Amino acid sequence: MEFAELIKTPRVDNVVLHRPFYPPVEGTLCLTGHHLILSSRQDNTEELWLLHSNIDAIDKRFVGPLGTIIIKCKDFRIIQLDIPGMEECLNIASSIEALSTLDSITLMYPFFYRPMFEVIEDGWHSFLPEQEFELYSLAISEWRLSYVNKEFAVCPSYPPAVIVPKAVDDEALRKVATFRHGGRFPVLSYYHKKNGMVIMRSGQPLTGTNGRRCKEDEKLINATLRAGKRGYIIDTRPLNVAQQARAKGGGFEQEAHYPQWRRIHKSIERYHILQESLIKLVESCNDQTQNMDRWLSKLEASNWLTHIKEILTTACLAAQCLDREGASILVHGTEGTDSTLQVTSLAQIILEPRSRTIRGFEALIEREWLQAGHPFQQRCAQSAYCNSKQKWEAPVFLLFLDCVWQILRQFPCSFEFNENFLIMLFEHAYASQFGTFLGNNESERCKLKLQQKTMSLWSWVNRPSELSKFTNPLFEANNLVIWPSVAPQSLQLWEGIFLRWNRSSKYLDEAYEEMVNIIEYNKELQAKVNLLRRQLAELETEDGVQESP
Amino acid sequence: MEHIRTTKVEQVKLLDRFSTSNKSLTGTLYLTATHLLFIDAHQKETWILHHHIASVEKLALTTSGCPLVIQCKNFRTVHFIVPRERDCHDIYNSLLQLSKQAKYEDLYAFSYNPKQNDAERLRGWELIDLAEEYKRMGVPNSNWQLSDANRDYKICETYPRELYVPRIASKPIIVGSSKFRSKGRFPVLSYYHQSKELNAMANRAAGKGYENEDNYSNIRFQFVGIENIHVMRSSLQKLLEVNGTKGLSVNDFYSGLESSGWLRHIKAVMDAAIFLAKAIEAESASVLVHCSDGWDRTSQVCSLGSLLLDPYYRTIRGFMVLIEKDWISFGHKFSERCGHLDGDPKEVSPVFTQFLECVWHLTEQFPQAFEFNEAFLLQIHEHIHSCQFGNFIGNCQKEREELKLKEKTYSLWPFLLDDQKKYLNPLYGSQSQKSAVLEPNTVSFNFKFWRNMYHQFDRTLHPRQSVFNIIMNMNEQNKQLEKDIKDLESQIKQRKNKQTDGILSKELLNSVRPESPALKATLSLKEQALLPVNDVLRTIEGSSPADNRYSEYADEFSKAEPAVVSLEYGVARMTC
Repeated sequence: MEFAELIKTPRVDNVVLHRPFYPPVEGTLCLTGHHLILSSRQDNTEELWLLHSNIDAIDKRFVGPLGTIIIKCKDFRIIQLDIPGMEECLNIASSIEALSTLDSITLMYPFFYRPMFEVIEDGWHSFLPEQEFELYSLAISEWRLSYVNKEFAVCPSYPPAVIVPKAVDDEALRKVATFRHGGRFPVLSYYHKKNGMVIMRSGQPLTGTNGRRCKEDEKLINATLRAGKRGYIIDTRPLNVAQQARAKGGGFEQEAHYPQWRRIHKSIERYHILQESLIKLVESCNDQTQNMDRWLSKLEASNWLTHIKEILTTACLAAQCLDREGASILVHGTEGTDSTLQVTSLAQIILEPRSRTIRGFEALIEREWLQAGHPFQQRCAQSAYCNSKQKWEAPVFLLFLDCVWQILRQFPCSFEFNENFLIMLFEHAYASQFGTFLGNNESERCKLKLQQKTMSLWSWVNRPSELSKFTNPLFEANNLVIWPSVAPQSLQLWEGIFLRWNRSSKYLDEAYEEMVNIIEYNKELQAKVNLLRRQLAELETEDGVQESP
Repeated sequence: MEHIRTTKVEQVKLLDRFSTSNKSLTGTLYLTATHLLFIDAHQKETWILHHHIASVEKLALTTSGCPLVIQCKNFRTVHFIVPRERDCHDIYNSLLQLSKQAKYEDLYAFSYNPKQNDAERLRGWELIDLAEEYKRMGVPNSNWQLSDANRDYKICETYPRELYVPRIASKPIIVGSSKFRSKGRFPVLSYYHQSKELNAMANRAAGKGYENEDNYSNIRFQFVGIENIHVMRSSLQKLLEVNGTKGLSVNDFYSGLESSGWLRHIKAVMDAAIFLAKAIEAESASVLVHCSDGWDRTSQVCSLGSLLLDPYYRTIRGFMVLIEKDWISFGHKFSERCGHLDGDPKEVSPVFTQFLECVWHLTEQFPQAFEFNEAFLLQIHEHIHSCQFGNFIGNCQKEREELKLKEKTYSLWPFLLDDQKKYLNPLYGSQSQKSAVLEPNTVSFNFKFWRNMYHQFDRTLHPRQSVFNIIMNMNEQNKQLEKDIKDLESQIKQRKNKQTDGILSKELLNSVRPESPALKATLSLKEQALLPVNDVLRTIEGSSPADNRYSEYADEFSKAEPAVVSLEYGVARMTC
C-alpha cells in the first residue's frame, strides 16, 4: 500500500495551530506518511512535528468554511488546528484518521526511520539473557538457562531463553507448560543475592473445576525451595476471582498439593477497569474550570491512586517475603503478563540497587516487560482518549512507571535516572520511531525482524548526549533495600505526566536548573579544593626537603 | 506546681499512631511544669509543651493499662498506655489543668528565660519596627498621613495607636466612620503599593453588613466567599479526623479531603488575595477589604495580597514585618483563635494556619520566589501556639501593652533570625521570580494536602530522602568551600613567595615551622568536617532500623512459623 493513497491533501497553507501555553501560530500544514508537520517558516523550525501513531483521537468542527480539527494525543496533549476550506479540512481529518490507525505493523514509522545519529552500541544486543544470567553467578548451582522455548513452541509469549531450576529438565518443562495459562511455566524473575531467595512468575495453573493436578508443576515449584523452607504464592487476583477462573479452565494452587507454599490473594485490577480509570483521570486533569469539590471527587472516582497503592502494596509484600521473611515467592494472576510483571519488576526496584541505575532499569524493562511478554502492541494501541471498546487496551505499563515515580519521589537520591527518563519511556511505549516496543512478545518481534529492520530505543538513549538529560544529579548509589510508604498521604498525582499539558512548568523547571547548578558548582569547588590541597602539600614537602639538607 | 501530683511514671508505652498491631515503645513519662516528656528505651526524647496540648483523653481501661490520647495544636498525636489507672488519672488531671491556663501570667512566656539581659531583650523587641515599614512603603506622602486619632485607643481598641489615613480624613470624619463600622474599625491603610504609574493601595476596615453601592461612587464591589471562623474550625476538625484514621484507603482519604472542604477554603482565600493583587497591580485601583470584624479573613486577604505584590514580604525579615503589621498590630485575636487560655472554644479557629498554608502553596508554585523555606512556616506555626514568646499573646496591641509583654517576655523574631540558616531557601534568587508580582495558578489541581504540616511528626509518611535538605546543606558547603579555596590560595602564595625569596635562614624557618602542623591539622579537620555532613545528608531514614516502622516486620517474620495472615497484616500496617 502506498501512503500517497491515504493522503488526499498533502499540504494546506494558512493553518492556525493552538497549543497550550503558546500563542497561536499560523503556518503551512504538511502530511507525510508518518508525520503531521506545521511550520510557520519563521526561524526554520517546525512548530509541530507529530507522529501519526501518537494520535489517539480526533474531533472535527465546522464554522462556515473554517474547519477545526482537535487532535488528542496518546501522551495526553491536546492541540487544535484551524484549517481554511471545508474540503481540505475533511481530507486532512480522514487522512489523519487512516494514518494513525494503520493495520499493519510493518507500515509503522520504525520500519522507515533512518537514524541521524551514530550508533555507538546496538541496543538490540545490550541486554542478552545470557549476560543477565551471568550476573546471577551465585545462582548457578541451583538454576540454569533453558532453551526449551527456542522455537517459541512451548510458550508463544516467552523468549527463547528462560531461567529454570537446575533439577528440572526440558521435558518436564514442556509438561508444566501444558498446565499453565498460555504455556507460561514458572521461570526465575529475580534472585536475591543476600539470601538466595527468588521471585518466580508464571501463568495461572489450569486446574479447572475438577481440580486437575500436574506432578511436574508441583515438582518444579518445590525444586526452588531449599530444604525445610517455605514459600509464598502471590496471586494478584482476589480469591473469588481466582475461584471463578476455574470455570474457564484456570484456577489456583491447592494447598493440599503444594503443602510447602502459602497462597496470598491480592487484588490488582486489569484491562478495562484500568483503562476507564485512566480515561477518567485524564478527563478530570484536563478540566480547568471545575471547583475543588468536583476535582477531588473526580480524582477519587478515577481510582488511579487506589490502583497505584494496590500495586505498590503487593510489590512491597513480595519484597518483604524475600528480604524480611527469607522466603521465595511465585507470582501470577491469570495470564501472568500484566499485574504479575508490575509486581515482580517493582519488587526488584525495592530490593535491587542495580535496577535503580539507568542501565539496570533498562535491563529490567527488557527482561521483565519485553522478554516476559507484556503485550505492548495491544495494551498501548490506544490511550486516554480512545472511544473504541476494545478490551485489550490498558495502561499497565504506565501504572508501573507511575509506581516507580512514587518510589523515586520518596527516595530522590537513590535512582540514577530522573523523572524525564520515565516520561520518555511512557512516550515511546505508545508512539515511537524505535522498534523496541513493537509487537506483543519476542516471537512476534522475531517474525517482524525488528532487530534487522528497526532501531532499538536503547541505541539512542544510551548515548552520552541523551543520557545526560535523563541522569539524576542527586544520585548516590544506595545499596539498601528501599521501602516506600504507601499511605494515601504519601502518594501523589504524577503531575509531570497528567498535568504536563495543563499548566506551565516554567518556574518548576527554573528551580530544577538552579538545583543542578548548585550541585555542579559543588563538584567544581570540591575538585578545586582537592587540587589546591595537593599543591600545598607538594610545596610543603619541597620546603621540608630544603629544610633538611 | 500545685497541679502536678505524679512527676514520673515508668513502663509507659507510646503507641505507633498508625500501627494496627499496637506496636509500641516502652519508656518513662515525666511531667514538668512546662512539658510532658517521654524517654524511650533508646533514650529518644519526645517533648510536648503543655500549651501545645489541644485535648487530652483518657480511654477505657485495657488489659495492658490505661490509654491516654493527647492531640496537639501542632498536629502531633500521641497515644500512651500507662500501666496503672491511678497514675494515668493523675497525669490526665494535671495535663487538663496545665494545658488550659486561666491567666495570661501563667503562660510559658512569662517564665521562659533564654538567658538574655534586659537590653538584649529590648533590642529583640525593636527588631521589627512598623514605623520603618510604613516609611519603606512610602507613607506618609501627599495622600496619606499618620493619624493620632487612636493614640489612646479611644476610637478603636483593637487597632494599633499609629494609623495611616487619607490626608482628607479629618478627625470628625474618622470618628464618624468608626461609628459606622463594626468595633470602630474604620478604614485604614494596610499596604501602599508603589508602582511606576499610579499609586494604589489596599486598606482594611471592618464590616458587618456591606456598603450601599449608591453611596460610594467610583467603587466596585466584589464579594469573595470566604467562610467564617466556625466553618473553618470544623473543616480542620474533619480533616484531622480523616487523616488520623488507621489503615486509611485512598478513596476515604480523598473523599474526606473533599468533604472537609479544607482545600476549598484555602483556594477561596487565595483567589481573594489574587483578586486584590490584580486590582492594585493591573487596574491601579485601590481596594478596601473587610469581613465582619476585619481581623480574620481581612487579615488573610490583605497579608496574602501584599505578599503577592511586594517581594520584600517574601524575605525572612519581610515576612516577620508582614505578620507584625497585618496580624499582630491590626488585632488578629491570636490568644482567642489559638486557645491560649481556658476560654470560649467557639473562638478558636485556624485562620492563621490557613494563611501559612496559602504561603506554602505559593512556595510550591514559585520555588525561587521566597527567601524562606517550609521549615520557617512550620516553626512560626509552632510558636503561635507555644506561648513561649510574647509576640502572639493577647488579642490586640492595647491588651499586649497592658500585659507589659515587652518587659516580661521575649520576642520570637530575633531567635528565628539567629537560626536563619535553617530557614533559608537554597533556590531563592532567580530574578524572574524574586522581583515579580506573583500570579499563582488557582485551578483546583494545584492545591495539595500539606503533609509536612498535618503529619509533621509522622515521619514514616515523609519521603525518606529530602532533596531540599541536601541542596540546602550543599549551598552551605559551597560557601565553606569558597572560603577554603581562598585560604588555600593565600597559603600557596605565601609558600611560593617564601621559596622565591631564596635562602632562608634556619632560624627563620624554625619560627615558621610550628605553624605548619597546626595548619595541617585545621585542614584535615575541615576535610573530616566535610565528609560527615555528606554522610548525614545521605542517611536514609527508611533504611535505618531504629526509626523505621518496617523493622517491625523483621521481628514478626522471625517467629517460628509465619502465617499468611500475619503477612497480610504486615502490609496493612505498612500501608497506614
